[in-house]
Amino acid sequence: MKLTREEVNHVARLARLHFSEEEAERFREQLSAILTYVEKLGELDTTGVEPTSHVLPIRNVFREDAVLPSLPREEALANAPDRTEEFYRVPKIIE
Amino acid sequence: MKMTAMSLHTITIHEAAVRLARKEISSVDLTRAVLSRIEEVEPRIRAYLALLPEDAFRTAEAADARRRQGKARGPLDGIPLAIKDNLCTRGIETTCASKILKGFVPPYDATVIGKLRAAGAVFVGKTNMDEFAMGSSTENSAFQQTKNPWAQDRIPGGSSGGSAAAVAADACLGALGSDTGGSIRQPAACCGIVGLKPTYGRVSRYGLVAFASSLDQIGPLAKDVEDTALLLAAIGGHDSKDSTSADLPVPNYRAALARGVKGLKVGIPKEYFVEGMDPSVEAAVRVAVRTIEGLGAEAVEVSLPHTEYAIAAYYILATSEASSNLARYDGIKYGFRAEGAKDLLDLYQKTRSEGFGAEVKRRIMLGTYSLSAGYYEAYYRKAQQVRTLIKGDFDRAFERVDVILTPTAPTPAFRLGEKVDDPLQMYLSDIFTISVNLAGIPALSLPCGFSPEGLPIGLQVLGKPFGEETIFRTACAYEQATEWYRRRPPL
Repeated sequence: MKLTREEVNHVARLARLHFSEEEAERFREQLSAILTYVEKLGELDTTGVEPTSHVLPIRNVFREDAVLPSLPREEALANAPDRTEEFYRVPKIIE
Repeated sequence: MKMTAMSLHTITIHEAAVRLARKEISSVDLTRAVLSRIEEVEPRIRAYLALLPEDAFRTAEAADARRRQGKARGPLDGIPLAIKDNLCTRGIETTCASKILKGFVPPYDATVIGKLRAAGAVFVGKTNMDEFAMGSSTENSAFQQTKNPWAQDRIPGGSSGGSAAAVAADACLGALGSDTGGSIRQPAACCGIVGLKPTYGRVSRYGLVAFASSLDQIGPLAKDVEDTALLLAAIGGHDSKDSTSADLPVPNYRAALARGVKGLKVGIPKEYFVEGMDPSVEAAVRVAVRTIEGLGAEAVEVSLPHTEYAIAAYYILATSEASSNLARYDGIKYGFRAEGAKDLLDLYQKTRSEGFGAEVKRRIMLGTYSLSAGYYEAYYRKAQQVRTLIKGDFDRAFERVDVILTPTAPTPAFRLGEKVDDPLQMYLSDIFTISVNLAGIPALSLPCGFSPEGLPIGLQVLGKPFGEETIFRTACAYEQATEWYRRRPPL
C-alpha cells in the first residue's frame, strides 16, 4: 500500500497534527511500509468471522445512580496551562 | 544468613518481609539501602524519571511505627517499590515520558497505587518508559535513555524498560509496569527478571494513562516468582471505577507456588520456533522445556496457526485505539500547551506536533488512517476478525494443555539505536508477546539462561484466562530447579 502525500496530509489534519515537508515524506515512506506489511491480513478468509472488540464476556455494566463527590474544581483546574477564574482559557473561537 | 546493611538492596520482597517481621531490619534501613544503590548505579542505568526520597522516608517511617505497635499491614508494608510513569500518583508528576504531559500532577491515585499505599508500600521513584508505552526499547522516551544493566550498550527492552532495569539493578525491590503488547514481559526478559501480564480484567486500569484500552493491563516486575505473586495479590481485584475489571475473587497466589508441575500438561506451539530466532534463545527454551518435563509435567506440541498474523492485527487495533485515546491531549486542560497559536485549531495542531514524539505521531497517524472513511472495513474490522481467530487458537490449545511455553522474545536485548530508524523491524521484535494481549490471557516471563555474550534469555509461560495460579506453579517449580534468577548483572 503506497500512501500519497495528499493522503498523509489529509490524515494529519484529521489527527490534528502538522508536519514539515521533510517529516511528511518520512512518514509517508514509513507508513507505506507498515501498511504493506499489514496487507498480509488479506490472505485470510474471514467471511462470517465475528469481530472481537473486547475479550471479556461483559456487555453493559450498570451501577446505582447515586451522587458521589466529584473532583474539587480547584484541583481539576490546577493543571491548566492557562485559566481565568474558574475557566480554562483558550484562543478566541468565534470571529 | 547474615547480611550487611550495604547489601540489603539485593534481597527479594518476601525475604525482606521476613526480616522486617523479625525486626532484624527496619523499612527505613531498607529504603536507605535502595536509595544509596540508586545513587550508585543510576548515572549508568538511568531507570528513573523522578526520585521521591522524602515521600519514601516518610512512608518508611510510618511503616516502622506501625510495626513497633504490632499493626504491620502485611508483606508489602515498608517495601521500596518503583512505579512506571504512566500510573497516576496523586501529587507526584506523571509524564508518560512525554513532553505533552510534562508538569502534569495528577489530582488522584490510580487504583493500583491506592492499593499499594494501603498495603504500606514505599514508592522510591517513577520509572522511564517509551513515550505513552509505545515501543520495545525505551528509546522513545522524550527525556532519557535507560541502559540494560547487563550490557550498557543494549536496550533494557520496553516499554516498561525503566521498571525492568531498576529491578535488575537492585535499584528497587519490585516494580509496576504496564503491558499492551509485551511491555512488561519483553523488558523482564531483556533484563533477566520476572514480569507478569495478568489476564485482561484481573487488575483495574483506573488511573493508568490509556494507550489501547482493549489490550492494556497493569502488572508486576520482580526478582523472583514469589514476589510477582505477592504483588499481583496486592493489586488485583474488581474496581467499580474500571468497568472492565472482572468481578472475581483474587486467589491466594502464594499458596499455589509450591504445588509443583506434576501432572500438568504443557503445550509447545510449533509456530513459536521460527526462522530468524536467535539460536541461543531457541536452545535455552528447549532445555527449559526438558527441565520442566523432568519435574513431572508432560510436554505436547500444540498449534497456534494464526500466529503469523498477530503483529499485523495488533498494529491496526492498538494504533486505532491509541489515536482515539490520545485525542484528549489538546493543550487545554493539562500538560503542555504550545506558544503563539493564532486560533483554536492552530493551538491543537501546534501543541500536538510539538508535544508528541515521532513514534507516537506515527501510531496516531496509522490509527487515524485505519479508522478513516473508506478504510475501516479493510483494516480495523478485518483486524478485529483476525483477533477472533487468534483467540480461537488459544481456546483450542487450552482444551488440551494447562500452560503454554514459548520464548519471550526472538533475540536477547538488541543494541541501542539498532532499530530506531526502522519502525517495522521494531514492531517485529514483539512477535512472541503480542498474541497474548489480543487473546486477553495471562503470561509471565522468567529467566531461562544466557546468550554467549552473557545477555539474559526469557521463557514465557502462558495460561488460561484467570489461570495465573497455574502459571505461578509452573514458573516457581522451574525457577527453584534452575536458579537463573539468582544471577545479578555485573554493575
